[in-house]
Amino acid sequence: MTDLSTTASAPAAAMVQAEDVWKSYDNTPVLKGITLQVSPGEVFLLLGPSGSGKSTFLRCINHLETIDAGRLMLDGELIGYDERSGRLYEKKPRDVARQRRQVGMVFQQFNLFAHRTALENVMEGPVQVAGLAKSEARDKATALLDRVGLADRRHLYPNQLSGGQQQRVAIARALAMEPKLMLFDEPTSALDPELVGEVLDVMRQLAADGMTMVVVTHEIGFAREVGDTVAFMDAGVVVESGRPDDVLLNPQQARTQAFLSKVL
Amino acid sequence: MTEGSDVMATPEPLKVVPLRHPGRWAAMAVIAVLLAMLVHALATNPRFNWPEQAKYGFTPAIRQGVLTTLWLTVAAMVVGVVLGVVLAVMRLSPNPVLRNAAWIYIWVFRGTPVLVQILVWASLGALFPRLGLGIPFGPQFVEADTFSLISGFSAALLGLGLNEAAYMAEIVRAGLLSVNEGQWEAAGALGMRRSQILRRVVLPQAMRVIVPPTGNETISMLKTTSLVAYVPFAELLFQTQAIYAKTYQVIPMLLMASLWYLAMTSVLMIVQYYIERYYARGSVRQLPPTPWQRVRARLERRRPRVGEHS
Repeated sequence: MTDLSTTASAPAAAMVQAEDVWKSYDNTPVLKGITLQVSPGEVFLLLGPSGSGKSTFLRCINHLETIDAGRLMLDGELIGYDERSGRLYEKKPRDVARQRRQVGMVFQQFNLFAHRTALENVMEGPVQVAGLAKSEARDKATALLDRVGLADRRHLYPNQLSGGQQQRVAIARALAMEPKLMLFDEPTSALDPELVGEVLDVMRQLAADGMTMVVVTHEIGFAREVGDTVAFMDAGVVVESGRPDDVLLNPQQARTQAFLSKVL
Repeated sequence: MTEGSDVMATPEPLKVVPLRHPGRWAAMAVIAVLLAMLVHALATNPRFNWPEQAKYGFTPAIRQGVLTTLWLTVAAMVVGVVLGVVLAVMRLSPNPVLRNAAWIYIWVFRGTPVLVQILVWASLGALFPRLGLGIPFGPQFVEADTFSLISGFSAALLGLGLNEAAYMAEIVRAGLLSVNEGQWEAAGALGMRRSQILRRVVLPQAMRVIVPPTGNETISMLKTTSLVAYVPFAELLFQTQAIYAKTYQVIPMLLMASLWYLAMTSVLMIVQYYIERYYARGSVRQLPPTPWQRVRARLERRRPRVGEHS
């Protein structure tokens, strides 16, 4: 295993804390001992070739996947399990849902609810999960859509929006739950090159507002500009991590150098 | 647009001699002859006995039969759809007990003839002379004679509805599976629970896939209700049979009943069209106009043209 400690803050203060996380699909290991830490307010970027396990790791943080070994904690709390007197107990669906509420997730394929307008998409969580009154949720959703520059498109259905607009609605939908952590799973990979910028702009603004973010991306320029920490993953391990300029401009590991020479 | 755009004239449309379709004319001629023969036969053959059909077509007994058929169709479909959704959700449940229970239900009710099921419900008393409610294997609180408990209508409803549920379960399951897994994940990431995701996100989107075969099932059900004439239960076919048992005009009366069935299925098809349109929201960018809207648009287009000529 490689040296992974990136930030020197105390463990209790970490938003995400992974200690030797392992995960296999049908005996094929996908994550082979991931240890890393994301501090509050940090923008943490995961880079690496496809199949390196970065999306799987991101999904573990939201308990969309379960881990086989190690410990994965969100804001000091184990993800998906309760620990009582040294034993792990599976969380009830209700408690898993409660934990997920604290984490917003943005997907590569947007996954907007196709049968609801942009506004209804953003209102869904606050009304159904947080129990907000409809009028209150509508105001909140309108404000959020305004924040991502789509207030005038709020009554359109997802298939009437461009990819970039859909992804911005998806970000607004995640923000509507007031998460303490935002996960982005290749948010611009399904977009036309022209539309990437508008999504990155929204994310840049979010980072500037102090949101804690874990982003799986291939956008090296964005990583350098916005990222606080970059971790390069390959074949289920973190090969190298550190400040973006160090990792991206002066990579120490041969694997990282080889990857960056192709991407840049 | 550049400044030249308003100078530029729309280009002259192409002048094309349209392709001739002699095959279409030939087909039309053949079909016209066949149609003429059919109309001629219907109009001149006295054995169709139209006056007899008209005489009995709207008698109180037939009207009652039509209403009963409609009511039984609706009631059986409601039972079928509600129970079918429950069974489909059970089949996709993470709970293995529910999953297998639903599988066994579908296996039994889809695997045996619906006529047998109807007759078994109608003569349940032959299997269980008395039905009671109480502690399993213990004392009964209420008990009643089965034959007095299960009327012709309840036997018909149970037979048709429970059988339909098995088919509807598979239709609903197909619909639920057609919804992208990403929808489950996105809703789960918001903190929605399984029941909420099903109700708010997945089922509404599955409806697009569920509605067309459900319309098919409803039309099929309307005609399958004729089986309960053997319960016996006084729906349309039963009333029709009662007439020809006296008049011996078997075929004219069966044709008359068929015309009623055809009229009712036609109405159902119109209802289905509008339900499908409703659930197409969000999946097609622009809904095509309904036939009615098309007719109205054509009339409105014609009106100013009339004005020009006058």
